[in-house]
Amino acid sequence: MNRAFIAALESIYPADRLLTREVELLPYESDALTAFSAVPGAVVLPVNEAEIIDTVRLCHEQAVPFVARGSGTSLSGGSLPIPDGLTIGLNRLNRIKKLDPEQRIAVVEPGVINLAITEAAQPYGLYYAPDPSSQSICTIGGNIAFNSGGAHCLKYGMTSNHVLGMKVVLADGALTQFGGESIEGVGIGPDLIGLFVGSEGLFGIALEITVRLMPQPELYRTVLAAYDDLGRAGDAVSMVVASGLLPGAMEIMDRLAIKAAEASVQAGYPDAEALLIVELEGEAPQVEAEFDQLRGIIDESGAFEVRVANDEEERTRIWKGRKGAFSAVGRLSPDYIVQDGVVPRSRLGEALVEISALKEKYQLEVANVFHAGDGNLHPLILYDGREDGALEKAEALAGEILALCIRLGGSITGEHGIGMEKRDYLPAMFSEEEIDIMQALRLAIDPKEIANRGKMFPGGEAPALAQHGMHPLERAGVISRE
Amino acid sequence: MATAIEKCVHCGFCLAACPTYSLLGEEMDSPRGRIYLMKNVLEERLEAQDAQPYIDRCLGCMACVPACPSGVEYGDLLVSYRGAQEESRRRPPLDALARKLVIEALPYPKRFRLAAQTGAIGRVISDALPAAFASMLNLLPEKLPPRLPLPPVLPAQGERRGVVALLPGCVQQVLAPAINYAAAQVLAANGIEVHSPPDAGCCGSILLHIGAEREAQKIARRNFTVFPRDIDAIITTAAGCGSGINDYELLFKGEPDAESATAFADRVMDFGAYLAELGLLAPAGFKSERRVAYQDACHLLHAQGIQSQPRTLLRQIPNLRLLSIADAGMCCGSAGTYNIDQPDIAAALGRRKVESILAAEPDLVASGNIGCITQLRQQLALLGNPLPVMHIAELLWRAYQGDR
Repeated sequence: MNRAFIAALESIYPADRLLTREVELLPYESDALTAFSAVPGAVVLPVNEAEIIDTVRLCHEQAVPFVARGSGTSLSGGSLPIPDGLTIGLNRLNRIKKLDPEQRIAVVEPGVINLAITEAAQPYGLYYAPDPSSQSICTIGGNIAFNSGGAHCLKYGMTSNHVLGMKVVLADGALTQFGGESIEGVGIGPDLIGLFVGSEGLFGIALEITVRLMPQPELYRTVLAAYDDLGRAGDAVSMVVASGLLPGAMEIMDRLAIKAAEASVQAGYPDAEALLIVELEGEAPQVEAEFDQLRGIIDESGAFEVRVANDEEERTRIWKGRKGAFSAVGRLSPDYIVQDGVVPRSRLGEALVEISALKEKYQLEVANVFHAGDGNLHPLILYDGREDGALEKAEALAGEILALCIRLGGSITGEHGIGMEKRDYLPAMFSEEEIDIMQALRLAIDPKEIANRGKMFPGGEAPALAQHGMHPLERAGVISRE
Repeated sequence: MATAIEKCVHCGFCLAACPTYSLLGEEMDSPRGRIYLMKNVLEERLEAQDAQPYIDRCLGCMACVPACPSGVEYGDLLVSYRGAQEESRRRPPLDALARKLVIEALPYPKRFRLAAQTGAIGRVISDALPAAFASMLNLLPEKLPPRLPLPPVLPAQGERRGVVALLPGCVQQVLAPAINYAAAQVLAANGIEVHSPPDAGCCGSILLHIGAEREAQKIARRNFTVFPRDIDAIITTAAGCGSGINDYELLFKGEPDAESATAFADRVMDFGAYLAELGLLAPAGFKSERRVAYQDACHLLHAQGIQSQPRTLLRQIPNLRLLSIADAGMCCGSAGTYNIDQPDIAAALGRRKVESILAAEPDLVASGNIGCITQLRQQLALLGNPLPVMHIAELLWRAYQGDR
């Protein structure tokens, strides 16, 4: 990193918030996707808006690429540093600036932890709905960049449905405001929030975010159903959907995922090929009526055991196993890749059968944990990075799963984003013209391509993960170089 | 060490539980970051001395262990790493001297008593001393409390329900002899016979905690043979002793007396956990309502999973109202010798802890660990707040005496 740029940073940051020594930089070289790593040139830790704005303007002026980082929990390498670029750590901007229970809004800084909003809103009977599994540590800034979802987004929508307004510094240093504090959307023009949320950090940094708060459901009914066949659990989801019920969440875990979660939290899950978690929530009379209907469907679906959480503690335990399931797989395997493909939920059973066949073909273990209600699959491909070619083999299997999702009419990402991990699969989803339009839009906002350079768009050198030979999608016949 | 490092999937779930991360907000001061640093040192990508300040800043509070979905044995990793690094480590002369004082004095009650008395004089000149010394001296009381010796056997009152021996500990018996005294009385009042073997002493945990493995082994060994065989449990009233003794398996791995070490460790039980399991005989309690905040010692809560037992005991005291405090799982900054090694962070965490406690408006604070008690008292004193802080054994003893 050039000396003049560091000197300019020194005029913004005191020494303890400008990290440049190797020992300070190495711990930032990966986020939660450790298959990729890149040492940043420097890390800065701003504590206020002005410092962020000055930093972005400086980066723009000197054409130095930057990536904004919250808690570094991205599963697609979204907050992976840019080699020799600047990492802007936003985790210290963690104040909830305003919480208005009357208006049901909160105004927060980007480094505020997702769950902290719910904790602050709880005394007023309110909560923040989007609940990524990492909600105890992931930050709102990252949720915005990747339009994060979570188990309960089936009923309430993703992050973009809960952001009302944003103050933003764009990649070229311009300050702007999208939306406002109005829950009805009064005075809102084009849906620029929709444009910014999910832009994977390519447009700039959100400095202040107004989010919607929702009244806490009066009653939860959480049902755990055990199946001796994964496909049957998938079919049960289709039956629930067909009945017209809209549960708060519908989740499936397969045998391997159950094993990992059980080892992690001792949730007392039944010994089964698949578990289906269905949670109903809302006002008591409605939930009770829906619960009767749901019980009927579950009984009919061939579950061999059905449990209902009797109290909040049992409900928490069921969810703790599910929410920690990804990381719990670390107990079973030194390395794994989490996939995030989506299939139409009517084709869930079909997708699971095919994944199972692919698993056989590659002789790799795959654990399945997924948001069944919206068809968002999370196959975890287990491998041992110390074995030669293991990562490449796992990547190839991952590629085939993504190709499968596209073939079934789905998407390569549901909520983790393209990031670094799936950027080369983007052309399988979008045509060249579509990608050109995205690129034109990006250049309009970030002419020097400094904001999260190297992510989302295909091409460029992956910093650590070397791809050998044909791309998996090429091999699968989905894309070609012609 | 390799297994613990491999198990870390870098998911970041530990960050939310880590006191130093919450305070300092940088990756190097998080469990995930420290594991990464240790990994890079072991793989020789990084110099050990560069990583050392961040490893030193770890409280060893173990809050990250229950928070980790992947099951990283962070405690084992930290103890092994610190032990391995200590052998080749060079410290600045004054640090080395402070450390030598800790190693040579703290585990030996007689020496520590002497040092503490000298230290009380030394406090007058503490401003002129380096930070490590000053904080060490500031922790010492103006005047040492009188000794409260226990008889070799304190008989059970009423029907005998059990027989135990008390682990006397080290610093605690000099700074707060009233804790073990109260514990013995409470146990006796509950129909338990209490042995206090005269030759029993420090368990070595305080040394293990700072990576002085050899010295820890040496001192721990002395306890293996001095306790009677035919007792139900060896009771400790210090959280740090209980959790350190749990690490004996690791500490004595490959040693000729590894078996004696684990056999000893298996017999040790925390005072509150033992009593809750046996069932408390109802004390007289308080005449008027007492609002009590219970402060979780990390080495009870995170290292031993002891959360409900002390609360169960407190709830059984008539006229005691147990309050909940915010961020109960966050370390108060005491952490063994941490408030000696890292005075600034210790003070910041202590301040925060005291603020959460005061927000609950208690009449008194109870804890299961001398370190926490000393830390909270010091922080309260800085705020000029006279709120009493006592060991849960002392509180129970008051309740048995029908304190009004």
